Amino acid sequence: MRKYRIRKDESCISCLRCTKECSFGAITAGENRTLIFHHEKCVDCQRCVTFCPAEALYITEDENRFRSNSVFRKDDIEEILIQAETGGVLLSSMGTSGSNVPIYFDKLLLNASQVTNPSIDPLREPMETAVFIGQRPERIQRDEIGRIVDNLPPHLELKTPIMFSAMSYGAISLNVHKALAFAAKELGTYWNTGEGGLHESLYPYKENTIVQVASGRFGVHETYLNTAAAIEIKIGQGAKPGIGGHLTGKKIIGDVSKTRMVPEGLDAISPAPHHDIYSIEDLAQLVMSIKEVTHYRKPVIVKVAAVHNIAPIASGIARSGADIISIDGYRGGTGAAPKRIRDNVGIPIELAIASVDQRLREERIRDRVSIIASGGIRNSSDAVKAIALGADAVSIGTAALCALGCHICAACHTGRCAWGLATQEPELTERLDPEKGAEKLVNLVNAWTHEIKEIMGGMGINSIEALRGNRMALRGVNLNVKELEILGIRYAGE
Amino acid sequence: MKKEGEVRISSGCAISGIFCRDGKRISGEAIKKSIAVMHNRSNGLGGGFAAYGIYPQYKDYFALHIFYDSQNAREDTERFLDKRFDIINLSKIPVRQTQNISDAPLIWRYFITPLPHLLQDSQLDENEYTAKATIRINNSIEGAYVVSCGKNMGVFKAVGYPEDVADFYRIEDYEGYSWTAHGRYPTNTPGWWAGSHPFSLLDLTVVHNGEISSYDANRRAVEMYGYSCNLLTDTEVITYILDYLTRKQGLSMKECSEVIAAPFWTTISIKSEEEKNRLSYLRKMFSSFLITGPFSILVGFNGGMMALNDRLKLRSLVAAEKGETVYFSSEEAAIRVIEDNPDRIWAPRGGEAVIVGLNERGKRI
Amino acid sequence: MKVIDIRKEGMDEVRKHENENLTITGCLGERYIGCGMRNGTIHVEGTPGNALGSYLDGGTIFVDGNAQDAAADTMNAGLLAIKGSAGDALAYGMRGGRVYVLGDTGYRTGVHMKAYKDNKSILVIGGRTGSFLGEYLAGGIIIVLGLGDEKKDITGYFCGNGMYAGTIYLRTDKVPLNLSEKLIKRNVEEDEKDRILRPIISDFAAAFSIPAKRCLEGSFIAIEADKSKSYSQLYAAV
Repeated sequence: MRKYRIRKDESCISCLRCTKECSFGAITAGENRTLIFHHEKCVDCQRCVTFCPAEALYITEDENRFRSNSVFRKDDIEEILIQAETGGVLLSSMGTSGSNVPIYFDKLLLNASQVTNPSIDPLREPMETAVFIGQRPERIQRDEIGRIVDNLPPHLELKTPIMFSAMSYGAISLNVHKALAFAAKELGTYWNTGEGGLHESLYPYKENTIVQVASGRFGVHETYLNTAAAIEIKIGQGAKPGIGGHLTGKKIIGDVSKTRMVPEGLDAISPAPHHDIYSIEDLAQLVMSIKEVTHYRKPVIVKVAAVHNIAPIASGIARSGADIISIDGYRGGTGAAPKRIRDNVGIPIELAIASVDQRLREERIRDRVSIIASGGIRNSSDAVKAIALGADAVSIGTAALCALGCHICAACHTGRCAWGLATQEPELTERLDPEKGAEKLVNLVNAWTHEIKEIMGGMGINSIEALRGNRMALRGVNLNVKELEILGIRYAGE
Repeated sequence: MKKEGEVRISSGCAISGIFCRDGKRISGEAIKKSIAVMHNRSNGLGGGFAAYGIYPQYKDYFALHIFYDSQNAREDTERFLDKRFDIINLSKIPVRQTQNISDAPLIWRYFITPLPHLLQDSQLDENEYTAKATIRINNSIEGAYVVSCGKNMGVFKAVGYPEDVADFYRIEDYEGYSWTAHGRYPTNTPGWWAGSHPFSLLDLTVVHNGEISSYDANRRAVEMYGYSCNLLTDTEVITYILDYLTRKQGLSMKECSEVIAAPFWTTISIKSEEEKNRLSYLRKMFSSFLITGPFSILVGFNGGMMALNDRLKLRSLVAAEKGETVYFSSEEAAIRVIEDNPDRIWAPRGGEAVIVGLNERGKRI
Repeated sequence: MKVIDIRKEGMDEVRKHENENLTITGCLGERYIGCGMRNGTIHVEGTPGNALGSYLDGGTIFVDGNAQDAAADTMNAGLLAIKGSAGDALAYGMRGGRVYVLGDTGYRTGVHMKAYKDNKSILVIGGRTGSFLGEYLAGGIIIVLGLGDEKKDITGYFCGNGMYAGTIYLRTDKVPLNLSEKLIKRNVEEDEKDRILRPIISDFAAAFSIPAKRCLEGSFIAIEADKSKSYSQLYAAV
């Protein structure tokens, strides 16, 4: 099925660079250094365009189109044709797509100080972005002479309220893991292994590593759990709530096999649920067993997808002994997910955070746990809005991959990522230099942190905790009464 | 126009306080004189006073000052109180016709004590029992508003300049060992008496200058613990936070100051190991109660007073001592006008609370 | 010399005689004394109110006691000498002239003081200052002597944060608490002390009739912006 069309202009110098860069076989060399375009193979990843030294290449949407129909759009017809041909479930990757994806962040506006209190210049005055996340006890304790006893369970300390989302080794390359780990250490934040285990070469980064325990339990062993700052139990992810994972045997090679502890060539299947968790009290059991094996020294995160009942689910998690709840919204990304699931299941992160934060407050347990928001955080103002709605911190996956080169062509599931990220092919993975990648990630997060400080300073807030749940900092536009009610905010001008 | 509580109104202000450590009871004349010097800092839309030690003959009873919009509200409230408390004494609070004070509600005073068997059945202590009852009056009886409800103390407030409010309430007729005063400069004109300051709960009173930027984070946090911020003012939320931290969590006033005006992490990092741990603990444990943005507050409570600035010291605050008497004010002149030769006069640093209490002699009185 | 009892005669009387030589007695918080004054001398007794000598454009104001907040705000020229202490936000945005305070000053002293051609702001403090001294400093000279408090930190936290020109001189050998990494601290050599500090400090001492020698005793450090760490590096155009 042809979606894009490749063209070149007269400035082409026939260097054939594009044929080497294209990992999808969409551009090949013909006789006498001519280029042959296989338009149907192009995924619009922009790799060839970026690397063409003569700037001679163009990728455009194919202008040949179906007769327009206001109900059956182009994608609808194409997908029917594919399924009619193959009988298969449509597979996709990255986050939700389509023209009607609700993005509430774009309908929220931020406040600033004028006259009645001062704005603060973050370049000169102290501006605190450090966040401590973890559990808090209900009451203080004192020793026999009245001194306060430190009864706080272990916390994660983030120098900035931005961390990296879980992306597994297998779905992405070891070089991406390295870049994330180096950057997390440099930034004073955390990266997350995802469910594919932790490569031994990254053990030295344990202070900045969150290891994940998912239903497949790949690469999970005592050393793994203790080579981390925190452990995350993954129940679900925003892109595919209720769905397990399937890493094809083709990718289970070499170190991926070793790290996942899955024999080479064998598929790695993550069941849809954890089969030791069929109810909330079972979750408590898994949380506590992980705490037991890590000697109660590490916080336990429970990651769930934002689904309809997210508020009571979060309440249940808060009471399970978990220290941190990570909520991944409907727009979150993935390495591979059935398209219908990705585009139709779950709710946007903004509504999820707002309702969870409110619910936990009504139950008087919001201070007991911390909340991480993810699923479509694109920039620093999204992060600020998520925090003002009630999150303690945010985590970014797609944005981090973009910093490493990803152009969101959503071909991760092909395993042929031309940017060398979502692939295990050695000739592709070597395209990412982990050191340089880390530098890009550090730049990105530092720039966002500066912007967060600017925004906070404008509001006269000099510490991030005073922004958390501070919904007066937000006003809505183009929202109906119900949406305002769920978001717990007022309309602009009110 | 929406009244206070339906909309959040920001305001600038003047504050002043006098505390006699030896328990000497002084008339309200001095505090009136002090706050009047800062006339420029208010705009006639709110003034008030809190006084401690003014009801020695009733010091074991809760003193309720209540505003009523109507006789009906009064009757409903008195029925409500009568069911739950022994009413030892009730009277109108004496006022003086004052030109600049108008639209006065009915203002009554009660000395009450919880009915012993009901108190026992409730399994609450008498403070919580009384606090709950007054919050219920404010929330459920239309036209009734409890202005203060502590023991041996009271709040006097109105819409007007503070010096006029003092005349209206005949503040010079009261004698207390501790006084705070407030002149308000709201950016709106609700003209609602209850919206003036001080704000109080039990014996805790707060006067405040500034507008905090953490308001909604603080409000939503404290509302988790059973408080309901009906007025949407900074003073209200600060009062509830302090009540929660002291009465429910058992923190000292100093520890409270280290929560709401917590030192910056960079400042904490250069402290001694023990102090570092203690301050980090308080910040992490009570992070929802960090108050940012400008504020200077005077907190009155039985037997003591705390003066505190925000950690950046974005509002002015001056302190002075003369013998056993301590003075606080937004401006030095407001202290000089009542004590022209203090032993010591200084500006407390941002986030560094000055806490004074009755000395041994004062406690005996 | 004209004497005005401000409590009795009021600010109007002060305004009428502003550019003459006068003494104001009994001050208790009266604001805007000497505001925008061009010449003349005012001697102030009592505690003048906020915004004393704001926009001062020449002449001299001498205060016997303490000043409150926002004194010498946006001052342009002349001399404001305060024998006692001053409150917060002293000399904010000052553009020229001299401000001398014998006692302590509050938070945010000398924020965004400037210098342009012959206009050079000079601020000397005999005692100690609160936090954020010389924040955003854009030019001119601030000197803090810490007289009598030689063992203590004389400037509070965040001294000179965000300053990009001008110099803060401190009579101490202690580096200010949590000094920003965008600032450079250097020791002041004898010749700089003689050339720059001695004339200013001698004038300061003369204003209060105290010995200049004591004010110049011991070592001075200077705080200046690190020009290699400018804020423009922070931005990326879209």
